[in-house]
Amino acid sequence: MTRELLPLGEIIDEHVRLNLDQLVQRCDVELELVIALVHEGALEPRGEAPEEWSFSGPDLLRLQRARRLQRDLEVNLAGVALALDLLDELDSLRQRLRQLES
Amino acid sequence: MEYKDYYKTLGVERSASAAEIKRAYKKLARKYHPDVSKEKDAEQQFKAINEAYRVLRDADKRKAYDQLGVHWREGQEFRPPPDWQGRAQGFSAEDLGGYSDFFAQFFGGGAAGAGYHREQSFRMRGQDLHASIEISLEDAWHGAARSLSLQGHDLDEQGRAMPRLRQLNVQIPAGIHEGQQIRLAGQGGPGIGGAPAGDLYLQVRFAPHPLFRAEGRDIFLELPLTPWEAALGAKIPVPTLGGRVEMQIPPGSQSGRKLRLKERGLPGKPAGDQYLVLRIETPPADTEAARELYRKMAAEMPFNPRQGRGF
Repeated sequence: MTRELLPLGEIIDEHVRLNLDQLVQRCDVELELVIALVHEGALEPRGEAPEEWSFSGPDLLRLQRARRLQRDLEVNLAGVALALDLLDELDSLRQRLRQLES
Repeated sequence: MEYKDYYKTLGVERSASAAEIKRAYKKLARKYHPDVSKEKDAEQQFKAINEAYRVLRDADKRKAYDQLGVHWREGQEFRPPPDWQGRAQGFSAEDLGGYSDFFAQFFGGGAAGAGYHREQSFRMRGQDLHASIEISLEDAWHGAARSLSLQGHDLDEQGRAMPRLRQLNVQIPAGIHEGQQIRLAGQGGPGIGGAPAGDLYLQVRFAPHPLFRAEGRDIFLELPLTPWEAALGAKIPVPTLGGRVEMQIPPGSQSGRKLRLKERGLPGKPAGDQYLVLRIETPPADTEAARELYRKMAAEMPFNPRQGRGF
């Protein structure tokens, strides 16, 4: 067994900015999936044209989640967009519940 | 190595039709998908049902699996029959990561390696791995180092997945807050054919704290006050994650009022604030002298908090 001391991790938050190429590479997804999710309104980059798009850390996490849902559950695009919104809402409700219970 | 009862995992009979198996899998996959389910062992369950479905969905693999016979039980020590090696095949090295030894032995033997050797130029980036860690609010404020063990795998010369337990010392940056993730570049699964490794993502959860609770970067603290402190104002020492500070309570404060301590929450750009939620507690009237004081207050400063509320 090996023990490794790792360098400081990168916090994935709103300050993270990625262009389309970086996002595709980081998440190992097809370019078409990102474009389709933007058109569904499931990802909301800054900028108008795809070459100007700038994505945030939360976009990165949503895209990873979208890819897993699509791959694992064979959900179509509209279904992925809906699931992402519902899961975000579920997350915030669960957090609220934990706060009220604590 | 332990035998895996794939029919039991999916909750179907050995005689189940392909349609029944698919239905059972789909239902369980939705239930245990780690993005959807919050059950503690969701990820393990999800892997197990996927492993089972990978085998049972495919007529040839199902047949090979069925030939092991009906007498094996889930978890039983499994010794493979002499002629079984290489009988079943058809999974890539990526598929084998995270599945059971039973699966890797049964379906991995040679198959992944053969594919790897046939296509020398085949390159694939390693998988991203996901894990979650629970940290204290103090750790989030100061930053901290955390040890965590991770079940990963290496690829041997034949391209076969070899399980390896990794012990990592992760540094948590100061100012992380709940729901955020930490990315450790290149710490995910190994790449194939010289391609880069994947990344490791750590989802952060806060352990419950006896005093504070966090909302994003903001910290909330309930502050009990006496009626005279609230009415007359007071200077009160209050704890923050960065240490004690003196807080000026303005005169005429009421229960439920929030006072803000600017930038005393979790660090960041911008830093969070700390909020003090006031709660006025009345002293017990458990002596005659105390009761007399309450009666005197009632007589000298008549007050009806229900006035204007219609009852």
